[in-house]
Amino acid sequence: MKQKQTEPQPQMTLTARRGIADRNASLILTLPAILLLVIFILYPIVDSFGISLMKWNGISADKQFIGLGNWKKLISDTAFWKAFFNNVKIMLLSLLIQLPAALLISTLLHVIGKKGKALKCLWFIPMLMSSVAVGFLFKYALSTTDGIFTTLSMMLGGGRIDLLGSNRFALLTVTMVICWQFIPFYMIFFLASYSNIDREVYEAALIDGATKPKYFIYVALPLLKPAIRNACILSMVGSLKYFDLIYVMTNGGPGTATELMATYMYKLSFKEFNMSYGSTVASGMLIVITLFASITMKFTTKTES
Amino acid sequence: MKVKHMTLKSRLCWALAGVLSAAWIVITIFPFLFMVLNSFKEKFEILTEGVFSWPKHFYLENYITVFEKGIGRYFFNSIVVCALSLIIALLVSACAAYPISRLKFKFNQYLLLIIIACMSIPVHITLIPIFKMSKDVGLYDSIASLIGPNVAFALPISIFILTGFMAGIPRELEEAAEIDGCGRFTSFFSIIFPLSRPGLATLAIYNGVEIWNGFIFSYTLTQSPESRTLPLAIWDFQGMHSMNAPMIMAVLTITFLPMLFLFIIFQEKLMEGMTVGAVKG
Repeated sequence: MKQKQTEPQPQMTLTARRGIADRNASLILTLPAILLLVIFILYPIVDSFGISLMKWNGISADKQFIGLGNWKKLISDTAFWKAFFNNVKIMLLSLLIQLPAALLISTLLHVIGKKGKALKCLWFIPMLMSSVAVGFLFKYALSTTDGIFTTLSMMLGGGRIDLLGSNRFALLTVTMVICWQFIPFYMIFFLASYSNIDREVYEAALIDGATKPKYFIYVALPLLKPAIRNACILSMVGSLKYFDLIYVMTNGGPGTATELMATYMYKLSFKEFNMSYGSTVASGMLIVITLFASITMKFTTKTES
Repeated sequence: MKVKHMTLKSRLCWALAGVLSAAWIVITIFPFLFMVLNSFKEKFEILTEGVFSWPKHFYLENYITVFEKGIGRYFFNSIVVCALSLIIALLVSACAAYPISRLKFKFNQYLLLIIIACMSIPVHITLIPIFKMSKDVGLYDSIASLIGPNVAFALPISIFILTGFMAGIPRELEEAAEIDGCGRFTSFFSIIFPLSRPGLATLAIYNGVEIWNGFIFSYTLTQSPESRTLPLAIWDFQGMHSMNAPMIMAVLTITFLPMLFLFIIFQEKLMEGMTVGAVKG
């Protein structure tokens, strides 16, 4: 060690010098990131909460401080809670459909191995389109007057089929489109988790007499639990944040059948110019999402040893 | 060691798998066929001929009109925003990830916690303040207004992934550099940064796709076609030509082609990169 302690002078040790070098470098190198995060994420969050305490239409300089008035309104706002429950419905449906389907498909691809590469690529294509494009594509494909389902139904002698305009089916239809777009994502995710399982585990199981199905049910699936858990959290948080696809496909309609927290907030802020209440909704969204994410993580990490 | 005979049960299973796979292939591909085929039809052909019909002749007018109406500008804007945002985001992330993963400074660990918390924050809560800021600073309705938010929202996941990546680089390299007289910055720029290329490549793909397909910031912070990005092209065209389904299909096809093209070239890398956001601790 290059300790300069040959003379009783206050020289710095190497460790101390390293510490200072580390500190200086850390401060300088992390500064750009910190600045950007503060300007575009942290400050806006605080500002949003601040705006939610006022009455402001977003344009005039006239801002009044009204304390918790907006928040009281939020708690009793049926439109907000309807939107929230729409988010929850999408969340539950997505969990029930996307994850099992993705698991099935990825299992199949994993079993087939290299020969399935073309299939894997083919099945991935929906992810290549932006949510906006998907939204518009299906808006036309599911059109009541000349869409796919109406045409099929008319060919079979039935009448027009109204999916996106019907109060009963709009949310379900929208969720189906979301599933179409995102199942490939989870498929790749699970496939990656499958490849992380050591080949030796598989071979050991076979030596112990397991058949392929038994291997999957009793060995592979349990090993996939962390991945499935992560997928669930991602899907849930994603469902609470949806905006693009729904805004473009139905704009929350018909009426409020497909209104989501994000679309409600957007309309309030930028269409009705009620920015203060819009900020309240946005802040409410943040609280809800944070709560959901923390509770889920708490519950699911408990079961892991 | 291949067992030649399959039991009836396993034959049935494979048959079922085959049927389901075929169904899923059809469901996956059909919307694209719908989109491309119908983009070659004339304005009211869908109503007259039905949606499943083969186009009467391959009517290219839709595509020509779309290009004449200026979709090139949207393309250009998307490329500029994407390229600039990516370069800045990756540089800033790498700079930040280095101290967190390899330098000893207490504050770094708190920073990491804040960054992880930022990963799940929805953009919507920042929309109104950022909108306000862009108006106050005078950048509203310009490409420049899009760079900041796009970079900032790419940072948390990029820093997180890069931190994990850099932590795996052997310490011996830095120690050798230190002995040779390198300071922290030289250590970073000459050694760690080049070695992080694979991680940077993956993040370039992930963030690139997110920014390319991003809608809400462009929608909120820009208004005129001069500053809008590609996803907004669909929105704007749809606003003007909502009755002309084939033209909308043409716009959709055009905006889809770049991604398809990249996918054909990069395949595995693209799939890997796009799902890196799922690998969270």
